[in-house]
Amino acid sequence: MHAIEKLLAFKAGKKEVHAGEIVNCDVDYVGINDLYYQTVKSFYEMGGKKVWDPDKVILFFDHYAPCATEKQADNHKKFRAFAKEQGITRVMDIDKGVCHQLMADYGFAKPGEIVVITDSHTTTHGAFGAFGTGVGATDLAVILATGQLWFMVPRIFRINLVGKLPKGVYAKDVILHIIGKLKADYGVYKAVEFAGPVLKELSVSERMAMCNMSTEMGCKTSYIQPDEITMEYLKEHGITDYTIYETDPDFVYDADLTFDVSEIRPQVAVPFSVDNVSDLADYAGTPINQAYLGSCTGGRTEDFAVAASILKGKKIPTSTRMILVPASKAVLEACLAKGYIQTLLEAGATLTATGCAACLGIHQGLLAADEVCISSTNRNFPGRMGSVKGRIFLGSPATVAASALNGVITDPTPYLAGGER
Amino acid sequence: MEQVITGKAWKFGSNIDTDQIYPGIYVELTEMEDIRKHAMSGSEEPDLAQKFKPGEIIVAGTNFGCGSSREHAAMTLKGIGVGAVLAESFGRIFFRNAINLGIPLVICPGISKEVRKGDELKINFETGLVENQTTGKTMKAVPLSQYVMNILKSGGIKNLVREKLQNAK
Repeated sequence: MHAIEKLLAFKAGKKEVHAGEIVNCDVDYVGINDLYYQTVKSFYEMGGKKVWDPDKVILFFDHYAPCATEKQADNHKKFRAFAKEQGITRVMDIDKGVCHQLMADYGFAKPGEIVVITDSHTTTHGAFGAFGTGVGATDLAVILATGQLWFMVPRIFRINLVGKLPKGVYAKDVILHIIGKLKADYGVYKAVEFAGPVLKELSVSERMAMCNMSTEMGCKTSYIQPDEITMEYLKEHGITDYTIYETDPDFVYDADLTFDVSEIRPQVAVPFSVDNVSDLADYAGTPINQAYLGSCTGGRTEDFAVAASILKGKKIPTSTRMILVPASKAVLEACLAKGYIQTLLEAGATLTATGCAACLGIHQGLLAADEVCISSTNRNFPGRMGSVKGRIFLGSPATVAASALNGVITDPTPYLAGGER
Repeated sequence: MEQVITGKAWKFGSNIDTDQIYPGIYVELTEMEDIRKHAMSGSEEPDLAQKFKPGEIIVAGTNFGCGSSREHAAMTLKGIGVGAVLAESFGRIFFRNAINLGIPLVICPGISKEVRKGDELKINFETGLVENQTTGKTMKAVPLSQYVMNILKSGGIKNLVREKLQNAK
């Protein structure tokens, strides 16, 4: 069996499970985003009275933080009342940040556990060897009522990453490249495991970016076998109780793919789909109105570090605005302590509240028709960041910063000092 | 759930994401009468909610409903009274959301080539036969698992959980 199958089998109280089988699993942590008050409505509509375990429920006020409309504020108000009524104490209010970053900051995403959040990017937690998957409001309500959810045991494919990452190429470029090759529906109903020697070069932050984006090729979940990098992170965050499952040597993958990262150059996803991927070089020089640095994909401390290194002592041209959205309060605090935010503000960037912000077109940096944005986020669908005629290019945080510097899409490689990759 | 339905087809392409089905800006809405108004408003048929008649059918290519987890994407289609959604494949969260709400989904390889906008379709959920009555062409759907069919036949998962909670007392 694969480690994911062993995990699901344990949580379903079974000895073994097989791909295609439907199992009911105990869930370790559930998260509800502020977008989905429907979760609470569904819970009561199905006859729920008390949530099965309030200590395992986390409310995240991230997509609307802070509220831009009265309706959003009303949803937050109702959520706070629900938390009080149900004895839910883990309420991540508007100051805290994006759910997936908070799961990592607080050590809630652990090897061997099932994490279900009302957000499609819950695949992020495969970076910790957890089974993370996104669901809708009513599925989440089923867990609130029963503590369990049904899953079809997924077929699992493996992506082996070999070679050496060239300077200026990051996990974001690698995953964009992979999605461009495999396409948006390759992983539908499946799980992906990332493996290979390149993982040793990838920090937890970069692993999270890669697992996060696996949903953009349809994957149900993602997995990286926990190693010393994972364990070091968990130790730093005070986490000691977890179970690491190992894949049996005779496990047969649905597909076993190899990508040589040495051949990858900085990538961009071109409007209007994430799998429409090109070498950045093909679009270099495209004028941009906005550079967006943030999100659960590309808004971590390392991302701000590289952006600050590129923009230190420089000025962003007046034709371009740069939006900064740290993924969480801890990220913001670390960036302030290191001076990254100050550097970026001096360069002319605009700091907004932590959270999901304009990544999904809610607030804090929307695009007008025909405007172009280079973004470290995860989606470039029509209308994703405002106008359906707004054009979003996705790239690495380094690409976002270099593009902000020049006001046009720019390969970051020449702007990196010796220290950066 | 009716065993056989017939209805006019509305046609969409591949990788229709949830932002096209239901733009993020409207996710703050919580009442069905508001949610239904924005069905497909980010797509190439932005006025679908006004034109769509209950019982009509949506046909799409691969990966329909990819993207975000917003249940509003399924809710809005239920709100306009969609008879069924036929696609070559579905985004997995949309798939679960729609089934949970009791919306019949049909995975039908090749469907997007065999159906044009306005064709009359007849779907038999029991046998999995999809007939394009306009062209006379018949196709076979991929059968849904018993588990999923049980949710659909119960009219959605809320009914099942309600029963389970009552039996536990």
